[in-house]
Amino acid sequence: MAAQPFYSRGMSNTEALLKVENLRVEVPTRRGTLVAVDDVSFDIAPGEVLGVVGESGAGKSLTGAAIIGLLEPPLKIAGGSITLAGRRIDNLPYEAMRRIRGKEIGAIFQDPLTSLNPLYTIGRQLVETIRTHLDLGPAKARGRALSLLREVGIAGADERIDHYPHQFSGGMRQRVVIALALAANPRLIIADEPTTALDVSIQAQIIALLKRLGRDHGTAIMLVTHDMGVIAETAHRVAVMYAGRIVEIGPVRRIVDRPSHPYTKGLMASIPRTAGPRGRLRQIDGTMPRLNAIPPGCPFSPRCTEALDRCRRERPDLMPANETQAACWQCAPVAEHANA
Amino acid sequence: MLAFIIQRLFQSVLVMLTVALIAFALFNYVGDPINNMVGQDTTQADRERLRQDLGLNAPFVVQFARFVGHAVQGNFGLSYQQARPVGQIILEKMPATLELSFMAAFLALLLGVPMGIYTGLHRSSWGSQALLAISLVGVSLPTFLIGILLILIFAVLLGWLPSFGRGAVVHIGWWTTGFLTAEGWRAIILPAITLALFQMTLIMRLVRAEMIEVLRTDYIKFARARGLSNRAVNFGHALKNTLVPVITITGLQLGSIIAFAVITETVFQWPGMGLMFIQAVSFADIPVMAAYLVLVGFFFVIINLKSPPPARCLRVPCRGRGGHGSPTAICGGAFAARR
Amino acid sequence: MTVVAASVACVIIGAALLAPLIAPHDPYDLASVSLLDATDPPAWLPGGNWSYLLGTDNQGRDVLSTIFYGTRVSLLVGCSAVLLSMLLGVTLGLIAGWRGGIADTMIMRVADVQLSFPAILIALLIDGVAHSLLPREVQTRITLYVLIAAIALSYWVHFARTVRGSAMVERSKEYIQAARVIGVHPARIVIGHLLPNVIGPVLVIATINLATAILTEATLSFLGVGLPPTEPSLGTLIRVGNDYLLSGDWWISVFPGTVLALLILSVNLLGDWLRDAFNPKLR
Repeated sequence: MAAQPFYSRGMSNTEALLKVENLRVEVPTRRGTLVAVDDVSFDIAPGEVLGVVGESGAGKSLTGAAIIGLLEPPLKIAGGSITLAGRRIDNLPYEAMRRIRGKEIGAIFQDPLTSLNPLYTIGRQLVETIRTHLDLGPAKARGRALSLLREVGIAGADERIDHYPHQFSGGMRQRVVIALALAANPRLIIADEPTTALDVSIQAQIIALLKRLGRDHGTAIMLVTHDMGVIAETAHRVAVMYAGRIVEIGPVRRIVDRPSHPYTKGLMASIPRTAGPRGRLRQIDGTMPRLNAIPPGCPFSPRCTEALDRCRRERPDLMPANETQAACWQCAPVAEHANA
Repeated sequence: MLAFIIQRLFQSVLVMLTVALIAFALFNYVGDPINNMVGQDTTQADRERLRQDLGLNAPFVVQFARFVGHAVQGNFGLSYQQARPVGQIILEKMPATLELSFMAAFLALLLGVPMGIYTGLHRSSWGSQALLAISLVGVSLPTFLIGILLILIFAVLLGWLPSFGRGAVVHIGWWTTGFLTAEGWRAIILPAITLALFQMTLIMRLVRAEMIEVLRTDYIKFARARGLSNRAVNFGHALKNTLVPVITITGLQLGSIIAFAVITETVFQWPGMGLMFIQAVSFADIPVMAAYLVLVGFFFVIINLKSPPPARCLRVPCRGRGGHGSPTAICGGAFAARR
Repeated sequence: MTVVAASVACVIIGAALLAPLIAPHDPYDLASVSLLDATDPPAWLPGGNWSYLLGTDNQGRDVLSTIFYGTRVSLLVGCSAVLLSMLLGVTLGLIAGWRGGIADTMIMRVADVQLSFPAILIALLIDGVAHSLLPREVQTRITLYVLIAAIALSYWVHFARTVRGSAMVERSKEYIQAARVIGVHPARIVIGHLLPNVIGPVLVIATINLATAILTEATLSFLGVGLPPTEPSLGTLIRVGNDYLLSGDWWISVFPGTVLALLILSVNLLGDWLRDAFNPKLR
């Protein structure tokens, strides 16, 4: 499947595979309701890799969990909609959502060590997943399991299919996890920090694997990570999240080379570079606000070096800026700017 | 690994010897064994002769060695109270205790495991809260009170079941069993339930706690993410992982069932080894007491040898109210009474 | 829920402490007890007598009064046993944790071995053996102490374990090292610095163990190796009443039994609450 040109939200002529619109995830606590994901919207086109990047606690994983329907109570979707291939999936009953999980949407989590049940062979876990979604007999299912294992690069698949998880190394285990996620050939995979728990050398292999599989199967990938380097390698588009909101979204090259939002600029600037003059490592002062202490207006304003008065009062929505979209009043048309 | 086993074996032998020493000390130095055995009229000369014959003038170590030697063969001398070999008395009483204990263990598992699974899966349902509240009571009520209560309701007020004894038993070889008669079955119900009750509570809380822990793991999350059915996730994956530590701990608990049988047997006048011990205490029947000591020591040593070290750091929520499950270490003995 | 438990516990404990003042009769004053009143049912049943509210036992003693005094004894034994085992366990735990080495190994070995036996069995064995060892005359007088000692000896392990663990952790912390460098005497370090820092969980365990100690004492008394009928605890009362259960005089054991159950339950709940309150993870 050849790569198609990808467009920003709302402007594609290929129908988006996943449409997330104004998604809001809340958690009721004793001290009031906290908003963990606030008015998040984005699309993913078939076969596209969308990177979702941000600090810990920015709401990236929760967005993924909401999409696949695995929010742990008391977290719940409090607004917005999630549409998969034209069909709304955020309000489906459990059983209907379960059929979608694995078959249409797959997931990969961070720690391959704990993602696999230690008491069952990987073959059994693969076959079980395959037979849940595809109508195959045990022999055919095993055959498919074997080919999946080979595809993810596990040597000696015929033997290793009957091994237990603890008999695999970390990188191998993550490959098994990927195989499991792909078992029923889903159209979208949500990969939540798939390389964070791995050695750096293995990371590159896994990323390459994901890219290849995505291309070969035409699977879209929502790649959640805090590692900008991985994003730059792999994604077509990037969404930058901060305090539960998307602050900038656009093609990866734009975001990396010419970010518009001050936060994104800070992120890019803080990546150490080996080329060029090496000055002091830049960082963004302050920390991301906790869920119960999100400032009014733009959530980044307390830390923003370019903040205007307006930023502290009014919350900016995503608006067009330099071939990306950024939620920043700085990007507002000059006329509006003059009135601020 | 081998070193570990050897160390364990060594430790076990040491424990056994200590127990045997205590038993022996009891045997020989409590009162005067001679006085306990003969009548008032026996002359001093005869007593001396008896003492010599029984080798009671030999040095301590020799006597101890002889004691251990006899003990290993199951010879504990004659009971003061019944004037017959202690070994024989024990063989007579053992089937009663063993049958009761196994029945109780069986009941505890039969009811405890499903209840634990249910309360683990449906944490906040009314049924779960009710079961947990009842289990709290089960843990707090002393075993003997439960027994008395059951007797009051089922034997005194309703008259359905017998309040003491074992009913008619059938002899098979040296074993006597109450399982082959209707009366025997009726007699074993109340004692078995009494004995099983707190084990059941313990098992239920254990299974529930493990289940909740397991359901929180990443592999369960991943299983759900793959779209596996609830049945496959809960019973295929979660249950299997839950039962592994539960089985280990339950094995250890078998020992405490045998210990608590003492109480139950007393309440129900069940003719087992526990009742035998209690009666021996009130009569100061040293040989029987010593034998019981050694036997119990042996039994526990075996149990602990077969299982891993008493769940030292198995922080399992056992007394968690309302599902919060604050971890409490299960340390075989210290909390066994309470459970 | 805890409020209910706390108030129930307070009522029971208060009643027990004030027993001599508020009990309608003194059941151990032989002059006031008459066999003619023996086994009278509770006041609201036919044959009952309002001066003996909950009926009388086989000797004519007022059940309500015996419950007051009995609870007193039960609490006395329970608290003493816990205090003693706390003392023993904490001391041994501190020694093991502070000195390490041989002392530690030995103490922990013993602890391990003891842990492989159920505590109540140990208490039973110690107490039972002591009972038969002592000549009759001495028995009744020191039964109380033997009982307390037996229970204390079966529960010290948990204290020792916890304290040892905490001690080992604290021992390597800087403030302890600083004290050693300055030259403070080890005993002062242990008591003055180490002890306050490990005492938290100890108190929680103590409260939880109180319920167990009361339960153990009741069980031992019921089995006949605890307190005698002349100075009964709730367990003894139940034992005495057990013989009359089958003939229908249920009140002699049921009332003490209920009080015992309530006492243990409320102490348990309090212990739970205390533990949850002290658990930093739940805050």
